[in-house]
Amino acid sequence: MHIPEGYISPQTCAVMGAAMVPVLTVAAKKVNKSFDKKDVPAMAIGSAFAFTIMMFNVPIPGGTTAHAIGATLLAITLGPWAASISLTIALFIQALLFGDGGILALGANSFNMAFIAPFVGYGIYRLMLSLKLNKVLSSAIGGYVGINAAALATAIELGLQPLLFHTANGTPLYFPYGLNVAIPAMMFAHLTVAGIVEAVITGLVVYYLQKVDEENILYKFSYRLRGDNR
Amino acid sequence: MKKFYIAAIVIILLTPLGLLAPGSAWGEWGLDEIKSMIGYIPEGMNRFSEVIKAILPDYSIPGFDANFFQQALGYIFSAVVGIAAIVLIFAILGRIMGKPQKKNG
Repeated sequence: MHIPEGYISPQTCAVMGAAMVPVLTVAAKKVNKSFDKKDVPAMAIGSAFAFTIMMFNVPIPGGTTAHAIGATLLAITLGPWAASISLTIALFIQALLFGDGGILALGANSFNMAFIAPFVGYGIYRLMLSLKLNKVLSSAIGGYVGINAAALATAIELGLQPLLFHTANGTPLYFPYGLNVAIPAMMFAHLTVAGIVEAVITGLVVYYLQKVDEENILYKFSYRLRGDNR
Repeated sequence: MKKFYIAAIVIILLTPLGLLAPGSAWGEWGLDEIKSMIGYIPEGMNRFSEVIKAILPDYSIPGFDANFFQQALGYIFSAVVGIAAIVLIFAILGRIMGKPQKKNG
């Protein structure tokens, strides 16, 4: 789901980057207010977890690959705003050191995977809780919907490129496939496989976090799950 | 605490499983793949594809990716480097965040 450099136009990169500025500004304010230094390791663990989980490529029928993100898991455990920061930092490192996703495209990739995914996933999680589903199931469904929302956003950003940016004779300047190709391809990969992987990981970790004792460093990761408000 | 570190190390050592999935992610092809798919490389893609060069491109050590064993080592090394970079960034953020308050005793 990481948009590589050159796949979307500089204009698109600028718009998506601009969209992420208010998100990260609000996130920084919220986190600075409600978190303190003791929570920073939890955010770091969340970020490192998302980074690592994204390395586990899973095969998609048809010869491509995809991966889970852990976005909804982070949103549930850290709150969606802190999750947004943690995911953005993971994406930044991926782009900077490993060329996974473009540096210019970091705004778009953060918008999809560090804003859409955690917030949609968290919203669905809360909705499922209000429908009296248990936390494990709610988090799994949230994870499934969250990653698919991000995949859809990615597909739209890619698919718009040949429509908006082409030479005088219609040759695409950037991503060459339109919405009619990009949306089915991205959604197939994430509705069938990556979404399931995201759902299972999210549900399993939430199940585990509900059980950890106070000695465990992950205990502070789970106070939201236990309903402590601090 | 010990269990947490063991789990973390196990997950890192398992990352090369991610290398087993064949092919690229949809929409994350290299320029040569694009060329073989549509017959040309879009001008803008060509121009921006290497704005900066990654130190460990595609989670591999350049020149040390001849076989699966080398790729797997490169992948694990990349995971360690990436996690270290993330921890470093959060350590800096933690310093910027100001004095700790007793909010979560």
